[in-house]
Formats: sequence, C-alpha cells, structure tokens
Amino acid sequence: MEIVLAIFVGVLTGTGVWLTLRARTFDVILGLTLLSYAVNLFIAAMGRMYSARAPIIEAGRAPSLLEYADPLPQALVLTAIVIGFAMTALLIVIALRSRAESGGDHVDGGEQGAPADPAREDQR
Amino acid sequence: MNWPHWIILPVVLPLAAAALILLFGRAHLGLARLISLASTLALLGVALGLVGHAQGGAVEAYLVGNWRAPFGISLVLDRLSALMLLLTAAVGLVALVYSMDDDDRRGAYFHALFQLQLMGLNGAFLTGDLFNLFVFFEVLLSASYGLLLHGGGRARLAAAFHYVSFNLVGSALFLIAVAMLYGLTGTLNMADLAQRVAAAPAENAALIRAAALLLLVVFSVKAALLPLYFWLPDTYGAASAPVAALFAVMTKVGIYAIARVTTLIFGPEAGVAANVAAPWLAALALATLALGSLGALAARRLRVQVAYLVVASAGTLLVGLGLGTQAAVAASLFYLAPSTLVVAGLFLVVDRIAVARGEAADHLRLAPLGTGRAGLGAVFFVLALAAASLPPSANFMGKATLLQAALPSAHPALTWAVVLLAGLGLVVALARTGSLVFWKAPEALHRLSPQLLASGPQRAGIALALLAVLGLAIGAGPLAAYTQATSAQLFARQTYIDAVLGAQPAPPAWTPRVGMDKP
Repeated sequence: MEIVLAIFVGVLTGTGVWLTLRARTFDVILGLTLLSYAVNLFIAAMGRMYSARAPIIEAGRAPSLLEYADPLPQALVLTAIVIGFAMTALLIVIALRSRAESGGDHVDGGEQGAPADPAREDQR
Repeated sequence: MNWPHWIILPVVLPLAAAALILLFGRAHLGLARLISLASTLALLGVALGLVGHAQGGAVEAYLVGNWRAPFGISLVLDRLSALMLLLTAAVGLVALVYSMDDDDRRGAYFHALFQLQLMGLNGAFLTGDLFNLFVFFEVLLSASYGLLLHGGGRARLAAAFHYVSFNLVGSALFLIAVAMLYGLTGTLNMADLAQRVAAAPAENAALIRAAALLLLVVFSVKAALLPLYFWLPDTYGAASAPVAALFAVMTKVGIYAIARVTTLIFGPEAGVAANVAAPWLAALALATLALGSLGALAARRLRVQVAYLVVASAGTLLVGLGLGTQAAVAASLFYLAPSTLVVAGLFLVVDRIAVARGEAADHLRLAPLGTGRAGLGAVFFVLALAAASLPPSANFMGKATLLQAALPSAHPALTWAVVLLAGLGLVVALARTGSLVFWKAPEALHRLSPQLLASGPQRAGIALALLAVLGLAIGAGPLAAYTQATSAQLFARQTYIDAVLGAQPAPPAWTPRVGMDKP
C-alpha cells in the first residue's frame, strides 16, 4: 500500500511540475492543482498509514495507541485543502481577467511568441 | 504584563478593523479611512508597548485557547518579534497615510485588504508554531494578492499571475517541509521542534536536513534570495506606490523566518541538522547582494530600480544571517529597520516623481520636470543617501558593523569586497538617477501645481517616512543596544524553549454552562 501511495504522489508531483512550467495559464493552474493534491496526500501519509483505526476517542476501543490514528495530519490536510482551493479559485479569476484584457492565455499576458504589449520591453 | 492578552492584540485588532471596514466602510470611504487609520495607530501604540516589555529580556508565551504548548498553538513575544511588530506598524502607517488621498480610491476594499495584510504580518511574527506560520503566510499572501491587483491594469494582472503561481508553489514546498518535520518528530511547535530535532537519531539525519533546506527555500522565496528573487522587481514595479511600500516589509517576513528557524531549530545546537543552512545562506546572500546592485544599475524604470534596492537590502541582511555569529546577526537586525523604512519611503517619492515628469513617468530617460525640483529632489537625495548606506544614515552604521562582524569569518576579504562593491554600484545607480531626473532635466512647458504634485496626505506619508529615517539615524545608539540584546536572546535558545513549554494555562475565567460530557 505504501509503495502505491508513494508512486501516486510521485506521479502527481511530476505531472504537476511539468504542467506548471508550461506557458499557458490553464496548464499552470492545472499543474498547481495536481501539485496541491500531491502535497495533501503527502501530509496524510506523514501521519503513517493505518486502516480501521479511529482518530478520536471512541467508546469500546482499547485505550492504546495501537487502536488509534494520529488526527493531527488529517486536520492539517483539511486546512491545506481549503487554503489551496481558495488560492486556485483566485488564480483562475486572475487568469480569466488577464485573458479578457490581453486577448490571450499566455502566462506573460497576450499571445505566445509576440509580446502582447510593445511597451512591456520598455518596462524593465 | 498584568493583562496577558496584549500579545494577541496585533492579530485581533486589524482583523476586527477589517471586519468593521467591510461592514460599514463599503459605501463610506471616509469611515473606512478613519477605522483603518485608528487601527494602524493603535497597532503602533501596542507595538511600542510590546517592545518596551520585551526589552526587559523576558520571553512571553501566550497560549491561544488556554491549551498547553506543544498541544495548543502558542504566540511568542520576544525581542525579535516585538521589533518586527513595531517595524510593520511603522511602515504600515507610512503607506496608509500616503494612500489616503488618491490611491485608496482606485478600487474597492483597499483598507480592508490593508488591515488583513497587517494581521497576517503580525501573526507571522508572533506565532510559535510552524503550521500556524504557514497559515499566517497564506493570510498575508492572499491579502497581498488583492493589494497587488489594486488599481487594475494589464501589467498588474500579468505580474499578479506570476506572483500568485510562484507563491502557490512556495506554499506547496512549505507544506511538504512541515509534513516531513511532523512525520519525523511528531510536533510542530517550534520550541518543541528545537528540542526534538536536536535529539533526533542519526538515521533520520538526511530527511531532517532535507526538510530544513526545503524550509530555507520557502523562506527565501519570501525573502528574495537568489535564485528566487526574480518575481520581485516585476511585482513591486507593478504594484501601486503605497502597496509597494507595504510590500517592503513583506520580504522581511522571509528574513524573520530564516533568522528564527536558523537560530532556534537548526542552530549550532541542533545535533544532526546543526547549521545546515549556513553555507548556502552565506554564498547565496553575497550573490543576491551583487545581483541586486547590478539590477539597480541596469534598471530602466525608477520603480524597478527601487525594487532592486529591496533585493540588495535582503542580500545584505542575509549576509549577516549567513555569517551566523552573534555579532553578525545583531548587525543584520540593526540594518533591518532602516533599510525597510528607506525603501518604503523611496517607493512613495518615486510615485510623486513619476507624476512630476508627466508622460515619461518613471522611465529612466531624459524628460522635462513639471515641478518640485527642489522639494522632491531634496527628499530623494536624503532617502537615496540612506538607501546607498552612506553616512550619516543608520544604514551606514548597519553595514559598517556588518563588515566588522565579517572579519573573523572564513572569507572576510570576499565578504568585504562584495558588500563594498555592491554598495558602490548602488551609489552610482542612485546618483545617475538623481542627476538624470533632477539636474539634467529641462523645465517643462506646463508647470504642475504643487497641489497636483502631492496632496496633503501624500506629503504627510512621505514626511513620516523621512522622519522615521532621520529618527533612526539619531536613535542609532538605543537601536544598536536593542538589536545586540535581540541577537543574544536568539542564541540563548533554551530561554525560548523553557518559556514556551513551561507556560502554564491560566485558570478558567468562566465555566461553560453546557457540559462537554455526553448525556
């Protein structure tokens, strides 16, 4: 099970990095989303992998650490998911506005190849 | 402190102000300004009080929710966090006052976002928990995304897309590092982490060192360390002037986090991970400083030139942290406040210069000057002098003590050469700008009225920045004493650990009416 999860996290990270390095805003956003999935799985895995263990005290369970899983990584994952989700939404809005204003979805604004704004060269 | 809740005020106050502004200030800009100004002034007062308290040398832990550390989240006030709080409030006030005539009109929610940004900054400086630090990073970043876009426009959108994506990747790396440390040590409380990393078995050494360096990468994204600073000139060059001024303190969050983590958790006593970041920091900081100086020389826009000053200042600060001795860290911390305030002031002045030059705006080419040759020129001269670390500014003192502290290091000649040559580069860059903009510029046909050049609040904001820079030059003695004590406190990490882990929950102030037990 561990090896499956490790491979899965690796594939997600690799795909995410590759997409993030592309020049289209949509690809970058997808890449960042995959990257955040990989990170979330990684955090969950850092609480170690168990099955059929309760994260909070349950009546009738033996009061032993062998019976319980670590609840903290689960709370961390939840926080990370919420934050990542909100940031992705914001990034989509920026990308859409950028497309509306410059007429292309290149990450630098405008179309691939030609710079959208001739003045941009001058901005440095 | 007889009232323990002072420590959490720098987080709660701007949050409440932001909520009030969103509730009542949406239709009334005047009210929004009033609340924002009141909150920032109150923050300045609280920060002054906290600095006064921290000066005594006590490390104070505030248990949020009255849970004992390391199980609950704790806020920690020591000399370093108090200094950062004061710096944030001061820069915040300068930027806010400047914005209150024109800039805050250009889009909705400026003041609410501004307060949330202050909350995120203050929280990051106060928290004693690594995951909580991540959360406050996100709070300050999400507010900064909004502030960067404030005013709209194509250049800002393009810069914002890069900035947000870059920081999202940074956040992902931060989470990986945090998760690794938690998986290896089972704690996220920084004091507890310091103990457990020091006692970690050798078989975990490689993973802990990897996590430590990953944290360094994440903080370097914020602090603008080579090779992770390329986002900064574009972003700061695109932001509106008061926002860029406030962002000057944002890079210092990264510096703060590096200073905290490299002394507390991965310091000289950290066992398998002792001083893991130091060799990287020392070399990269010198390279950052050199490239910041070259960038300032090569910049074609005045605002981008100031942004490169931020990079150069970050490089200088990290040189001190990279040297890693108590004297060098003290010199760095001394340099921190004046360099931040000077850059914030310069962003504001440059905004006015761009108005005075009309069409040419802040592009570094010969162009007629509408007005303000004497006034703007004098202000620019004073701030540029300080930014280039020439005497009699406090920046000069900071750099001089840093060079002194570098003498016993491994490569003093290299450090001296880079710091001095980079300083020379900044002097040349700023002198060239000054002569191009003020001396060589012909008189414009249409003279700008003084009111159009800078309104009351804008003048007040710039005056406040000037006052702070001059005040730091005069008060350099007390500041030096304070930063030396701060550095000593950072290296006496056991005090910090004992204060946090030994903090006792207060007796409950009230008993809940509804019991938590199951019926």
